[in-house]
Amino acid sequence: MEPVLAQLRDRIVAAHAAKTPLRLRGGGTKDFYGEQLNGEILDTRAHAGIVDYEPSELVITARCGTALSQIDATLARHGQFLAFEPPAFGGDPTIGGVVAAGLSGPRRMSAGAARDFVLGASLLNARGELLHFGGQVMKNVAGFDVSRVLCGSLGILGLITQVSLKVLPRPRADATLQIECAAAVALARFNAWRAQPLPISAATWHAGIASVRLAGAPSAVRSARDAIGGEALDETRSEAWWRSLRDQTLPLFCQDAPRLWRLSLPATAPLDIAGADLIEWAGALRWLRSDAPAGEIRALAERAGGTAAQWHGERNGPMFHPLAPATLELHRRLKNEFDPHAIFNRGRLVAEL
Amino acid sequence: MTAAELAPARDKRRDLLTALATIVPPENLLANPEQTAPFECDGLAAFRQSPLAVVLPDTEDQVRRVLRVCHDLAVPLVARGAGTGLSGGAMPCAGGIVLSLAKLTRIHEIDPLACIARVQPGVRNLAVSEAAAPHGLYYAPDPSSQIACSIGGNVAENSGGVHCLKYGLTVHNVLGVRGYTIDGEPIAFGGAALDSPGLDLLALTIGSEGLLMVVTEVTLKLVPRPKLARVVMASFDDVVKAGNAVAAIIAAGIIPAGLEMMDRKATNAVEPFVRAGYDLTAEAILLAESDGTPDEVADEIAPLEQVVKAAGSTQCVVSQSEAERLRFWSGRKNAFPAAGRVSPDYYCMDGTIPRKHLGRVLGAIEDMEKKYNLRCMNVFHAGDGNLHPLILFDANQPGEWERADRFGADILELCVGLGGTITGEHGVGIEKINSMCVQFAPEEREAFFGVKRAFDAGGLLNPGKAIPTLARCAEYGKMHVHHGQLPFADIPRF
Repeated sequence: MEPVLAQLRDRIVAAHAAKTPLRLRGGGTKDFYGEQLNGEILDTRAHAGIVDYEPSELVITARCGTALSQIDATLARHGQFLAFEPPAFGGDPTIGGVVAAGLSGPRRMSAGAARDFVLGASLLNARGELLHFGGQVMKNVAGFDVSRVLCGSLGILGLITQVSLKVLPRPRADATLQIECAAAVALARFNAWRAQPLPISAATWHAGIASVRLAGAPSAVRSARDAIGGEALDETRSEAWWRSLRDQTLPLFCQDAPRLWRLSLPATAPLDIAGADLIEWAGALRWLRSDAPAGEIRALAERAGGTAAQWHGERNGPMFHPLAPATLELHRRLKNEFDPHAIFNRGRLVAEL
Repeated sequence: MTAAELAPARDKRRDLLTALATIVPPENLLANPEQTAPFECDGLAAFRQSPLAVVLPDTEDQVRRVLRVCHDLAVPLVARGAGTGLSGGAMPCAGGIVLSLAKLTRIHEIDPLACIARVQPGVRNLAVSEAAAPHGLYYAPDPSSQIACSIGGNVAENSGGVHCLKYGLTVHNVLGVRGYTIDGEPIAFGGAALDSPGLDLLALTIGSEGLLMVVTEVTLKLVPRPKLARVVMASFDDVVKAGNAVAAIIAAGIIPAGLEMMDRKATNAVEPFVRAGYDLTAEAILLAESDGTPDEVADEIAPLEQVVKAAGSTQCVVSQSEAERLRFWSGRKNAFPAAGRVSPDYYCMDGTIPRKHLGRVLGAIEDMEKKYNLRCMNVFHAGDGNLHPLILFDANQPGEWERADRFGADILELCVGLGGTITGEHGVGIEKINSMCVQFAPEEREAFFGVKRAFDAGGLLNPGKAIPTLARCAEYGKMHVHHGQLPFADIPRF
């Protein structure tokens, strides 16, 4: 085992023996994200570097501490990218943190989520054993799909030491169109476009303007522009707009009051929510500013067939939507199998785990 | 075994049948050997086992009650869809029952606005696309058995198809599942929204080969049917050149809707039956499909042609009509039946490798043909690196099946050694359980057992499949190979 990895393992083994929590941390861009931060920081950034990348294999393998900026730059040199657009939150997250958080940007509605691009992962478990799940190939159904479960686990099952991600070629053409309209009108249009073979990679509504990003073959983008209409943004403004959503640097994300809620809903859920300031993913993601009691907002999300997480602002209850009792019990048992003394990111994903 | 020892087993069987008879109507409970015989195996007929009984519930609540009975009486249970699986995943287990979900065939909902379908597990894969067709939508994963295979089985195996590179596997196209744990507790993961709180247990369920839960409802993503598809068919005088052409296509930034390869043995086997028009002198042919709007297809076909020609193709044709496109595909889609026509039996492997190793693997397979004195034809989901060598043998010739079995295991071991996997889309089941010992270290298999315990502490759901025990691996005698490192020398051996 490499010395840097051995050091991480030794810290884990010691914490397991002493039953003391460790707080796994890469770039620290997502310290706000999760229920609780417990334990001594275990900084992963020393375990860095791209291990393997061959553009024609469409796979990149990197150690957990590798900066996302390095991965983005490496892929860009070969005309490729991480299609799920992981948010950087204005900093420079590590790829381990990107996978552990499992968050995706505006393109998620068309390209898929972070977990859809995870092909394999290595994990140091609480006993300090280095385990490899999945692999570097596109299709792999040997054993349970643990590497995808690690995506979005917020580190509660162990330290992700290395990941293999599927990458894609950048679209050959790209265009952003903006249409002034009310939110309900935007949602109706998103609904109408969904079942058509249009190359829509992202669709949002904010402050009275619907923005649609087209990406794909040049001819497809051209003909979709005619079908959709609206005003085209130049490349600089287009890039800035989608970047501000991906990294959550819009002013909406920078105020602490009223509280900011993230609602994951069926895209077709009707808009009967006061304070819905931003719609992403063609309706599947809605951001809500409200100081209404958490229970009210969660009930509203549930009625619409989804869930609500409190994103920013003073907490009044858990961040994440509560799990059903049977699902919570499965979480408890899985946590116990991987990390019986709850040393990894104790309480971060679910307060009691 | 003495009569006294047999008595408890007989009592348990009687208690079980009595309990099951209170749940389903008599015609849905099969207990005598003539009735249960068709359920002894799935699509992999080499592995068979007779079940105690087969129960076919009509409703989700009957499923729940059957699970409760099995849980309370500690009877093992194997869930089964259409039984088309190729890894023996639905083979019954001794002393257990088969829970057939074949009668749960309701399509609850096709929502053309949200582009989702909500279906019961017994619905056939193709039936979803047929139901969605009036809305211009379809369900993208298309395993070759899609006429017959069920959505529940697709979820259990994380099935693929010929369009995975662009459209993804089952895991990318299932939005949610509902079902029951072994103790009859209802659970639901995912749904019509894109994100769910907590661990991604949906991803864990998909491809879990019936070891974790029984699924009774699946929410599927539907996508718009492309207006047009055309296929480029290119010949190569060398399989390595064909492999390089695949890499060149992807390096050029093209993700074809389908990207398939067949070697000369495969084209020569299928051509007499389907008359697909294949170039029988070529060492390998490549089929690359482009789909989308007519403009999009035109934009993609031109560079596709350029790339394959630059990669040294000896012949390159583009389908000029839908009939011609289907004809080009017909050979690929009939490769398995063709193997069955040129040989009394065939054994299909499912290893996946990094694409760059294709030439090396095909060369090694040729050597193995000599070593085992068996022929092997190769079809290949080239875009995904997923190889389907079809080993031809005659089960009636003494020793041939054993040689085919070892031939297959050798191929899988090679795939693992090159950084690949023993199964890309068919699952481990019972068939590849020994090869799991080669791909995973004892600690990794223990982690899988940990997942299994979390869902099914009593080990009643599809026991003995997918994950081998330490003892089984020790008995198999081949040790884990990872990244070319030497196997662990210090693990306990039994």
